[in-house]
Amino acid sequence: MLRAIGRYSLSIVHELGDFALFTGQAFRSAVGARRLGRRIVRAGFEQGVRCLPVILIVGMFTGLVLGLQGYYVLNRFGSESLLGTLVSLSLIRELGPALAALMLVGQAGSALAAELGIQRNTEQIAALETMGVSSHAYLVTPRLLAALVVYPMQTALFVTVGLWGGSLSGSVLLGLEPGVYWSSVEHAVKAQDVRECIIKAVTFGLLTISLCAYHGFNAHRCSSATGARAVSASTTRAVVQSSIIVLAADYIITSFLV
Amino acid sequence: MGADSNQMLLRIDGLFKQFDRNVVLDGASLNVPRGSLVTVLGRSGAGKSVLLKCLADVIRPDSGSIHFDGRLLSIGDASARADFRRRCSFLFQSNALFDSLTALENVALPLEQTTDLSDKEIRERSLEALRQIELEAHQDRYPGQLSGGMQKRLALARAIVTRPELVLFDEPTAGLDPLRRNAVFAMIAKYQRQFGFTALVVTHDLTEALIASDRVALLDKGRMCFEGTPAEFSASTAAMVGDFRDSAEALGRTLAAIRRGEALQSEDS
Repeated sequence: MLRAIGRYSLSIVHELGDFALFTGQAFRSAVGARRLGRRIVRAGFEQGVRCLPVILIVGMFTGLVLGLQGYYVLNRFGSESLLGTLVSLSLIRELGPALAALMLVGQAGSALAAELGIQRNTEQIAALETMGVSSHAYLVTPRLLAALVVYPMQTALFVTVGLWGGSLSGSVLLGLEPGVYWSSVEHAVKAQDVRECIIKAVTFGLLTISLCAYHGFNAHRCSSATGARAVSASTTRAVVQSSIIVLAADYIITSFLV
Repeated sequence: MGADSNQMLLRIDGLFKQFDRNVVLDGASLNVPRGSLVTVLGRSGAGKSVLLKCLADVIRPDSGSIHFDGRLLSIGDASARADFRRRCSFLFQSNALFDSLTALENVALPLEQTTDLSDKEIRERSLEALRQIELEAHQDRYPGQLSGGMQKRLALARAIVTRPELVLFDEPTAGLDPLRRNAVFAMIAKYQRQFGFTALVVTHDLTEALIASDRVALLDKGRMCFEGTPAEFSASTAAMVGDFRDSAEALGRTLAAIRRGEALQSEDS
């Protein structure tokens, strides 16, 4: 029993070290990588534009629900005028970065893990190496650098749409004066809140994309399965671990910044 | 030694590789003369693909040495390995084409990522490679939209676009019917002469290899048990060579014996 726990702990430490080296290698590979700009733009398109519909839809519904629930709770205390404060701070500090990251994990992260897994399975990654092309520089670095830009932008979009959703709920559907709603948003949100939001978005982007890339890239190392099942297993692991790490990192960052 | 290293583009000495307890290469050695087409024959599981992947640095051998153009490719010598990769191409058994890139993009990829050529020059050279391999009309198609033979040619176009001195072919005819096998070997021999690269092919297709190759080697249980010209291979009296070479006759004898057994059985009944 003790031996099994020890072996499991060692394997986690080993994997963490391996993941850190993988991410470091991806950043190091940016130095001297050819035509990196183009690949970053392409990766940004894949992560950003393709995820746009889901970000808009989920952002709108999150704002609508927050507006609805917040209005009824605040109404009990006669504080409906604070609806803008509740919606804006909830979205900017917590829900925006976390939910946008989870949406991106589901859309861009899973696609990345599966794509790299298949490329590993079909020897496309080995082919790059035999050509003298760094597979990290070609496949991972552009995605990682694009994520550092795209995630904050998607989060900002999520928050903006969410605020409009809250306004739609509170003002249009429940009769709160729009000016009251937007005025309380303006008074509540401070530069520190926006900074916290950006820090979280950048951190989540870095963690999730590197984790999804790590699992896809190493699909051949999957001990429990081979071939297509290994790709499926590594994609599942990538999505599950990324989702957990987003929420864990959210708690850690919040506890340091609040 | 100097003359020998000038003549030999690739020299492999005592390559050893094992996976867990399974020894795949057990001191394999081979010489590949410059400008020649050398074929390594062997049964399935003899270690042919592992030998090639050790050369291409996809798998790291446990021991042994590889000299390319007289220079030792050691793990610590990054510049020697980079030089080798620049001058060598590898054609995978599965072709390993990028399925999300068009034929033209596949061919352009090694130039884009390993050279400082302009976009115009890259496009011209890639189109030229596609033209030489008679795939120019299919430049905008994805690998999945091409036939098996076209995919093989596209992989070859990608392999030669960087104008390598050595091209490694891993089982280029695996799973193909006899007509296509002939066509692939003819294609390798044709382009090898046209572009002047040195070709190292691993296969288990004896007939085509003996016709197309300048030299053949036979790998068995991780060791080279024969190395020479096709004529020497055909004349060899070594037991392993005989077994491999005469496998068709052996099959004929076995089938004849089975048929005789059936005839006897029917006479008995």
